Amino acid sequence: MKKLLLALATTTAVLGFASAASAQEKAKICFVYVGSKTDGGWTQAHDIGRQQVEKELGDKVETQFLENVPEGPDAERAIERLARSGCGLVFTTSFGFMDATIKIAQKFPDVKFEHATGYKTAPNVATYNSRFYEGRYIQGQIAAKMSQKGVAGYIASFPIPEVVMGINSFVIGARSVNPDFKIKVVWANTWFDPGKEADAAKALIDQGVDVLTQHTDTTAPMQVAAERGIKAFGQASDMIAAGPQTQLTAIVDTWGAYYVKRTQAFIDGKWETTSSWDGLKDGILTMAPYTNMPDDVKAMAEATEAKIKSGELKPFTGPLNKQDGTAWLKEGEASDDATLLGMNFYVEGVDDKLPQ
Amino acid sequence: MGIVEAILLSVITAATPLVLAAAGELVAERSGVLNLGVEGMMIMGAVCAFAATQLSGSPYIGVLAGIAAGALFSLLFGFLTLTLVANQVATGLALTLLGLGVSGMLGESFLGMQGIKLQPIAVPLLSQVPFIGPLLFRQDAIFYLSIAIVAGIHWFLFRTRSGLKLRAVGDSHGSAHALGVDVIRTRYLAVLFGGACAGLAGAQLSLVYTPQWVENMSAGRGWIALALVVFASWRPWRVVAGGYLFGAVSISQLHAQAFGIGIPSQFLSSLPYMATIVVLILISHNRRMTLINTPASLGKPFVPDR
Amino acid sequence: MRIELEKRPNVSALFSILSPFIAFALTIVFGGIMFALLGKNPAAALYSFFVEPLSEVWSLHELAIKAAPLILIGVGLSVCFRSNNWNIGAEGQFIMGAIAGSILPVVFYDWQSPLVLPLMLVLGMIGGAIFAAIPAFLKAHMNTNEILTSLMLVYVAQLFLDWLVRGPWRNPQGMNFPETRTFGADAILPEMLVSGRTHWGFAFAIIAALLVWFMMRYTLRGFEITVLGQSERAGRFAGFSSRRMIWFSMLFSGALAGLAGISEVSGAIQQLRPVISPGYGFTAIIVAFLGRLNPLGIIAAGLVLALTYLGGEAAQLSIGVSDKVTRVFQGLLLFFVLSCDTLIHYRIRVVRERFAALKTDEAH
Repeated sequence: MKKLLLALATTTAVLGFASAASAQEKAKICFVYVGSKTDGGWTQAHDIGRQQVEKELGDKVETQFLENVPEGPDAERAIERLARSGCGLVFTTSFGFMDATIKIAQKFPDVKFEHATGYKTAPNVATYNSRFYEGRYIQGQIAAKMSQKGVAGYIASFPIPEVVMGINSFVIGARSVNPDFKIKVVWANTWFDPGKEADAAKALIDQGVDVLTQHTDTTAPMQVAAERGIKAFGQASDMIAAGPQTQLTAIVDTWGAYYVKRTQAFIDGKWETTSSWDGLKDGILTMAPYTNMPDDVKAMAEATEAKIKSGELKPFTGPLNKQDGTAWLKEGEASDDATLLGMNFYVEGVDDKLPQ
Repeated sequence: MGIVEAILLSVITAATPLVLAAAGELVAERSGVLNLGVEGMMIMGAVCAFAATQLSGSPYIGVLAGIAAGALFSLLFGFLTLTLVANQVATGLALTLLGLGVSGMLGESFLGMQGIKLQPIAVPLLSQVPFIGPLLFRQDAIFYLSIAIVAGIHWFLFRTRSGLKLRAVGDSHGSAHALGVDVIRTRYLAVLFGGACAGLAGAQLSLVYTPQWVENMSAGRGWIALALVVFASWRPWRVVAGGYLFGAVSISQLHAQAFGIGIPSQFLSSLPYMATIVVLILISHNRRMTLINTPASLGKPFVPDR
Repeated sequence: MRIELEKRPNVSALFSILSPFIAFALTIVFGGIMFALLGKNPAAALYSFFVEPLSEVWSLHELAIKAAPLILIGVGLSVCFRSNNWNIGAEGQFIMGAIAGSILPVVFYDWQSPLVLPLMLVLGMIGGAIFAAIPAFLKAHMNTNEILTSLMLVYVAQLFLDWLVRGPWRNPQGMNFPETRTFGADAILPEMLVSGRTHWGFAFAIIAALLVWFMMRYTLRGFEITVLGQSERAGRFAGFSSRRMIWFSMLFSGALAGLAGISEVSGAIQQLRPVISPGYGFTAIIVAFLGRLNPLGIIAAGLVLALTYLGGEAAQLSIGVSDKVTRVFQGLLLFFVLSCDTLIHYRIRVVRERFAALKTDEAH
């Protein structure tokens, strides 16, 4: 009897130890979202990435997230809460979380942090971003082929370098096909207000644009384009459902590949601070299927995509002038990343004054 | 379609929810109840209209569901402020909070679904009239309803006995009670009507304006509707004027941007609000005029003496 | 069956004390039911919502940080609301206070002196007060409804801040992102205690609450506010001017909102960004009512509301409920507090329908 009990005790102890060990091995990967995880745009794309981490790394990881975290002191609290709850690697997925991430990272040197779209790093803070502009270049080329009038409408959110870069890349792409191509820009001053985005889309269409692209997060502009019978590009996720006869392609944020890669590195103990700015070739963004366009346009888009992936084509390559006609890049000269990341000027062909 | 016509069409779509919600709130305020929960009722209407449309396949069922949701939700407000005489400002704010939270939870399973749009109905003959036809007579049912509701409110308030009673309740609940009017009942009905209109406005958002459901899609339109009521100095047709003016300013600022006039977009975006303030000042400058229309018992609780 | 109210001859002291607790208990019960409906264990959910955030020191500091602006604005608003001035635009005054106070560390960033911080706080108060002066002027002299003007001005303030941080005040070293310079050491509101992040903004909130409590209870001004709030006519007979009261209450609440704004920016954010408030000015209205417009009640209400925010996050992590639950909780809590307060002034009687019908007949 005594023996049996002893045996039982040891087994439980061993079992207990084993389970504790496996719990310890399980890496806790955490995410801070600025929006709702089902917003159909920016945050949802990150959440799909999180799910991919869970799916691909299975038992090795456990993920957690906090959604709708306002930027500022609330973000600091949210990040600290995650750091305290045993997260080993924390992804903070909005530019506005930058300083909060850095502050909390100083407090928790053993926890690793990754901040999306920012520029401040630390020994335990890496940054990551996606070269969305590569997709916008392709869109610009398609727009120039598809537009009869040679004018595209661009619904922009806020004048930050990211958005300005997208506008410029779109125009450069379009002008590589049609040197007289123009775009009209409307700043909606929101990321997320279907009504306002729809109004902006209507205003642009009423002023004669016949291709629409957006840098805001809801499918409302796509719906309007479908109703008015013009073509449009999706943003952040594949919006084909909102415009089966309308969407030409969409820039789909596919953060999953990056998240899996970094989580794996973290598990293997090989995580280190990096500032990565991946593009089409790394799969951090993908183009939704090229639809609703003639075959030759599709072929052109695919060829461009392949050239960008191989590194043969860089959208920001001279000769390029700034909006006022002054020279920016010489023939064959490619822009450095720093200029792009801080971009606050338009290139030639944008029919708008950049809010300063 | 000319550009003027196109702009006006956008203005109509943008203004209709404002007009509807404001018209409903106007009736509630005329009876002396200030319901700051318009935003909450509106978003509940939007989510329920969308959900019912998805489940039934018919946007008309959705419209009914939106109306019902707004009305039911306003009942909560009525119970607190009328039966339990709680503070109206605070209760209205609580209603908005609750509406934003509950709608988010209810709507979670409907996110990302393709909306079904409430299709326009062309009025025979009239829709053929140039310019006016496509603008006013090739619209959806909710637009026609919005105009009918405003006309109905005007007729009710100023041409019927019940309307007179309702205004009496709003102007002096004590005297109205003394004359045998059931103050609480009248106010309940007015609040319910206001809720139904806000719910209908919400249905317009998720079935016409942008046929989809996303969280917080009312985006502050309930507050604008509240402003419109005062802007209209509690006169129904002025609500229409105000709503369309607001819509026109918000749409034209987008057009101004698309023309590339180079004024900071933040300034243009703030124009609708500034315009509201300016018109408000112009209207209320004439003190006597405002006082005639302002319900004197607005926001004051009523408990019948026994 | 219908519910009737009967006015109590005296305010019920018992229910004055009990009402918040009944309300809280009802919120817990309804919250539990809601969690059960969502398929979560109610006990665990409520624990992580209301207890977990209070169980750690760092979390208590976060509570104080979150509550500070709510209390400070709420106290100012209570003076407004008590005197029947409906300032709904504290959010705008908060932003303008933050902007005015930030002039020193952003524009005159070279100037380093111990004077910077006090001046910033004063400028913040002035900024908030000036912005509140617009609706005050319009109400007092143009007879324009202050609910609307103050509300519309919120949007204007938000867009103005947006323009500033993207344009003239943008940090030249900030890669063109919409942020101002980070404040220098002289411009940062220091932490109050060694144990955590709570900055002096929390102390300002408590001091303001105590001062207003004293003013309302012991000074002529407090009496004036109450009288004018209850009846403008009675106030006039007492020689009080409602026009002066509009100015006083609006400027006062604007100044406190402005102080909250600059304290938040200087103590917690340390720079200006396009959005500096997750709606503190609006939430503070709820806090003011939750605290029954009593400054001491507002301290408690501010802490409770802050707790719901923290609890919402804790619950997201530990039981995986969506963050919308937070708003539902806040709405419920306010609903129950409002309805329970009815018990202070009234007895509630449930009247049977037949009896009620008879009574209405009599009335006709």
